[in-house]
Amino acid sequence: MNKSYLQEDLLRMSGVNPRKCMQCGKCSATCPAYDEMEYHPHQFVSMVKNGDIEPLMKSQSLYRCLTCFACVERCPRSVEPAKLVEAVRLAVIRQQGANRMTANDIPALLDEDTPQQLLVSAFRKYTK
Amino acid sequence: MNVSYFPGCTLKNKARDLDRYARQCAQVLGITLEEVENWQCCGGVFTTAKDEVATKLSSVRLLQAAKAKEQPLVTVCSACHNVVKQTNHAMQIDGEFAAKVNRYMADDGEYDGSTQVYHYLELLRDVVGYDTLKDKVTNPLKGKKIAAYYGCLLLRPSSVMSMDDPENPTIMEDMIRALGATPVVYANRNECCGGYVSVESPALAKKNSLAVVEDAKAAGADMIITACPLCRYNLVKNGADIPVVYFTELLAEALGLKEDANE
Repeated sequence: MNKSYLQEDLLRMSGVNPRKCMQCGKCSATCPAYDEMEYHPHQFVSMVKNGDIEPLMKSQSLYRCLTCFACVERCPRSVEPAKLVEAVRLAVIRQQGANRMTANDIPALLDEDTPQQLLVSAFRKYTK
Repeated sequence: MNVSYFPGCTLKNKARDLDRYARQCAQVLGITLEEVENWQCCGGVFTTAKDEVATKLSSVRLLQAAKAKEQPLVTVCSACHNVVKQTNHAMQIDGEFAAKVNRYMADDGEYDGSTQVYHYLELLRDVVGYDTLKDKVTNPLKGKKIAAYYGCLLLRPSSVMSMDDPENPTIMEDMIRALGATPVVYANRNECCGGYVSVESPALAKKNSLAVVEDAKAAGADMIITACPLCRYNLVKNGADIPVVYFTELLAEALGLKEDANE
């Protein structure tokens, strides 16, 4: 996909305006998945703003965001970084053959207490 | 009072206690939960992308079903509540999204975002009232120190969920007080347990879940309550050494509806 078109698409899908960001880093400071992320929430914002999107699309960080909305809630400029992470993740898994998880993966994930909610949530996040 | 009720997938399976006690307690409090017919799973997580339409249709149909009966819609599971409420909000504020959705709604009628959505806790606080609840308590939970675990989905994003102060909530603590117990306030009560990431990165879920449990214990709690089956699963699976129970179970105990209340 053409880079500028991809950038435009991400901004349209997410409704995020990365230019509002003042890079205070509060989103990353409050992120419960911070330690497991290669790119942190504030980097998603700046990298999408700069059109540096390929590294984000290849990063495992996409699958570590919990969508807990901590960064959305605590951003002093209402940038809402989680929505941008979600948009990049969708841009990846919407591609043919790019599903992160398939139904065949499920039996191995089950234990006797696994709530249905865990599987449907993971499926929605990792699969199109 | 009759209200439309959406139990959701997990309350029909692994979280049956959350559902069963919710229904029994509502009856005692003068509210009948009428389960929406032919409901479908909400999907567990709200997809924030504006161009995701199909993934939100089950929530819209649910909201429309409640509207057709002129009833508010009540949820119990934190995740269901988050998905349904965020979808309702999108129907209210995003005309382009609403127009796309309504192209799928020929059989059910167009939906306009007008259904009132209550989480069961809001029903207790705003419709029943905690003073009335207190009067209905037959088995006050005196001496119990209980930590309310909100997690992420009940409160955030607060601009949409509008349940309580997202950083200093009181809705569950006030319920605990009404039931005669003592609420324990601790820093991690509104931080995420790790959610669905436990399928991919159990270590991350373990770290987050244990931080919640340890924090609650350090504040003196001897029990944790939650509204979310996934929170409960993550906390218990990762080694919580104090009981983690659904808030409806605690409610049932205080209202004298639980058979093993004196254990």
